Amino acid sequence: MSRTEIRITGFGGQGVVLSGYIIGRACAIHSGKHATMIQSFGPEARGSACSATLAVSDTMVLYPYIRRPDIFVVMSTEGYDMYRDELKDEGIFVYEENLVHPTLKEGQPSFGIPSTRIAESLGRSIVQNIVMLGFAAAVTQIVPREKMREAVEASVPTGTEELNLKAFDAGCAHFDEKYGQKEVSEKTLTADS
Amino acid sequence: MKTDPAGVLTGAHYLDGDFACGEGAMAAGCRFVAGYPITPSTEVVERISRRFPMMGGTFIQMEDELASMAAVVGASWTGTKCLTVTSGPGFSLMMENIGLAAMMETPCVVVDVQRGGPSTGLPTMVGQADMMQARWGSHGDYELIALCPQSPQEAFDLMIDAFNLSEIYRIPVMFMMDECVGHMTEKVVIPEADQIEIVPRKLTSQTPEEFLPYRVNGGYVPEFARAGDGYRFHTTGLTHNEHGYPVMSAECQEQNVRRLIYKIRDNADQIVRFEDDGVDGADIVLVTYGITARVAQMAMEMAREQGVKVGMMRLIIAWPFPEKRIKELAGKIKAFVVPEVNYGQMVLEVQRCAEGLAPAVLVSHGGGGVHEPETIVEAIMGAAK
Repeated sequence: MSRTEIRITGFGGQGVVLSGYIIGRACAIHSGKHATMIQSFGPEARGSACSATLAVSDTMVLYPYIRRPDIFVVMSTEGYDMYRDELKDEGIFVYEENLVHPTLKEGQPSFGIPSTRIAESLGRSIVQNIVMLGFAAAVTQIVPREKMREAVEASVPTGTEELNLKAFDAGCAHFDEKYGQKEVSEKTLTADS
Repeated sequence: MKTDPAGVLTGAHYLDGDFACGEGAMAAGCRFVAGYPITPSTEVVERISRRFPMMGGTFIQMEDELASMAAVVGASWTGTKCLTVTSGPGFSLMMENIGLAAMMETPCVVVDVQRGGPSTGLPTMVGQADMMQARWGSHGDYELIALCPQSPQEAFDLMIDAFNLSEIYRIPVMFMMDECVGHMTEKVVIPEADQIEIVPRKLTSQTPEEFLPYRVNGGYVPEFARAGDGYRFHTTGLTHNEHGYPVMSAECQEQNVRRLIYKIRDNADQIVRFEDDGVDGADIVLVTYGITARVAQMAMEMAREQGVKVGMMRLIIAWPFPEKRIKELAGKIKAFVVPEVNYGQMVLEVQRCAEGLAPAVLVSHGGGGVHEPETIVEAIMGAAK
């Protein structure tokens, strides 16, 4: 039984929960995996720290919460500070490089992207989360990019599909340009348990 | 009969348990919801209120939970399938009219998305501490049915069963979700409408001259006449005779209330529902329900790896409780282990039904989270010694 745990964090209004939803949908609906998403329910409001977690597995997810994520996607400093220590030592770290200034650890696969700038260049900063999602999809390969792209199309509000798919593709393209489609080994993606 | 396709969102969806519960209600034919939205159940009515206009349903946001339950009881007398949705604090306020629904034999479904309590407790965090309240919360003697989904898929599937059971037995049915199941998002497959079997209200075939609202002719459940169909009827929370008129006597009480109890007790074998996993030949049997069943399954697999013969009995319907099965197992095993997100509720039923033949060990969690599987494994190992 392979199980992959993911945490996405940012500030309220950045589309953290939608990002989690799309990843979960890509896994559960478009790729035949089991994926349980839980969003944080606290006094979150626009601007404060917000987070969503996913447990992805080939079999039914029995324990719904995460303990040590294999993948950590960060879009705000506050979220980074709150959850940085739980990431597995060899877990994949993906971050918004203009909003988060992390202390990178040796041996930790770490990938930064100026997703807000890229979204702005597309004309709408609101799609920052989808740029990040495209980038994270390319980095982690949790599902094939095409599957994640299908989930984006199926999840965003009607009429915004084109813009969101453009944002997704821009995120993927940034990975290809900066990291040249570098292979991320299967081992780093899959927990042992 | 098959359900009305207007309420069925056929396909594979990625939904949280609350949304799935709302979809289940609409697929079951529910067309009236009255509620006073409360965390963590709010998304159920959010979903329904957004979708109801497309199928001619009515959602009313009431002034409080007393009124919500009263509106549901009243609306059901039009023959409409009715629902209310709440969490612990609202569930407490609904108890009086849940008893009224039981006494007047009014089909309806009450969803309680359980959060940590008592009182306002932990609004956004999980609990399973309303299980005894579901059974005993209103005063007087009555019986009802309570279901416990363990996933968003089951929140959909069991909602259909909840409505059907409420129609078959003319009772309020309790739908005991928990915050964790309510707020987790997973794949939910909704079948075609022609795959969903529903039980319609059993309307009387008698003429208005012949009809008596509480006559059963030796059966358990009276036929129904909708308000406005030209039948003269009377109903009340007072002890009543076949006419629905109040009669203050021990004889009438016996006739009236005995039937409320025995329509469930005598049919308990048909109603009781649980799922066994590796129970035959087990030394330890976990008895579990809701979100805890999933964590317990993980613990069971871990304990089996350590060589313990452990099985699991998952309650899909918690009330009526599977008394016979527990007693039967009690004579064959070393112990029951009962993890639940409370300080001991369903474990009391296990102890009662085991009649001292096997101990039942509680693994409690006060709420605000689920058990760590290791805690349950530890209890299994302790009980297996």
